[in-house]
Amino acid sequence: MTVGHALLGLLEAGPRHGYDLKRSYDERFGHDRPLHYGQVYSTLARLLKNGLVEVESEPGAGPERKKYAITDAGVSDVGAWLAQPEKPEPYLQSTLYTKVVLALLTGHDAADVLDTQRAEHLRLMRDLTRRRDGGDLADQLICDHALFHLEADLRWLEVTAARIEQLAAQVRA
Amino acid sequence: MAAEPLLVAENLELSFGSTTALDSASVQVHAGEVLALMGPSGSGKSTLLHCLAGILHPDQGRVTYAGRDLTAMHDNERSALRRSEFGFVFQFGQLVPELTCLENVALPLRLGGAPRRAALRSAAAWLERLEVSDVADKRPGQASGGQGQRVAVARALVTRPRVVFADEPTGALDTLNGERVMQLFVAAARDTGAAVVLVTHEPRVAAYSDHEAVVRDGRVRTREYAR
Ligand SMILES: Nc1ncnc2c1ncn2[C@@H]1O[C@H](COP(=O)(O)OP(=O)(O)OP(=O)(O)O)[C@@H](O)[C@H]1O
Ligand SMILES: [Mg+2]
Repeated sequence: MTVGHALLGLLEAGPRHGYDLKRSYDERFGHDRPLHYGQVYSTLARLLKNGLVEVESEPGAGPERKKYAITDAGVSDVGAWLAQPEKPEPYLQSTLYTKVVLALLTGHDAADVLDTQRAEHLRLMRDLTRRRDGGDLADQLICDHALFHLEADLRWLEVTAARIEQLAAQVRA
Repeated sequence: MAAEPLLVAENLELSFGSTTALDSASVQVHAGEVLALMGPSGSGKSTLLHCLAGILHPDQGRVTYAGRDLTAMHDNERSALRRSEFGFVFQFGQLVPELTCLENVALPLRLGGAPRRAALRSAAAWLERLEVSDVADKRPGQASGGQGQRVAVARALVTRPRVVFADEPTGALDTLNGERVMQLFVAAARDTGAAVVLVTHEPRVAAYSDHEAVVRDGRVRTREYAR
């Protein structure tokens, strides 16, 4: 949903061609993952169908020359989306927790699972730190967000490592 | 393939009374690398750092620096080596309160026999490098925590040591200040080719390292690293 809302939000600033829209999305949000054209046009088609955008007529134009504009319904959709908090996703713990428990059950070294994950997290944190320190303010804020999240995960890894014996006793009981 | 490590600790054992601080701890530091020693409180990080730097003497095991056995050296030989080859940064700058920040940075050079004017000139350049020229004439007590730590980093690097030992150098700073100190510290160390042994339990600080070694219960959980 985020891509659709992001494109809508960009359109709220003024009507644009699909190509320009993709470019401004990539510039602002697409650091790691630029959009495919196909994704841009299929998203726009969906927004069009839902009445959130409309096409400003440009006589004799092919699909890539169409100019899209946000509708009133689109504006209120963006507003509602911004007002809605994101679900805090405990996605990583649940996967890692499963791995740790399975490691304990199957006689693997659970501390290794945690250490391997820590190393992987730190590796990514190093990359992000480099990118942040060499980047502009937008880079800094985006990287900082990722860094704080990875740090939270690492803290969880740390307290889990400290309680691994306890967990082992429970799991094997 | 891998170059010889500059600093090697092998199977260090050290107890304080009945407390085992190090239990067969081994670690290697390569020239010019930044190594983070991580791990929970009380796991033995500081003790390991002190052994690597020749400040503490292990009960068992060996520390080798550039092929020389630190553990077998005489005390004064070891202190001389510490002064000429090592630099130190601790959590609270540990600057001399009666001296100005500039004089603090010049101090290790003066102790090494450098003439006063040359030492002050070099100290001033280091303060500039760490972006704290404005506190040069202040006493450490008149500088902020972050400024004090940058002065401490300048003092550690002014002698162009081959290894800088840093124990929670940003432990008393907030996130932004701490990261700025790390950024300047690591960049300056890389410029001079100094290796850094960095004790920290903060992942964001450890992210400035090239490699990490995790200390747990006095032992290092080493990871293979590709070099
Ligand atoms: N001078 C000392 N006398 C007695 N015990 C000590 C001394 N120094 C350290 N210890 C003990 O040795 C163990 C390791 O201490 P160390 O200071 O190396 O831990 P650390 O990993 O640096 O912890 P922290 O993150 O809290 O600084 C701890 O149990 C500590 O209480
Ligand atoms: Mg300590």
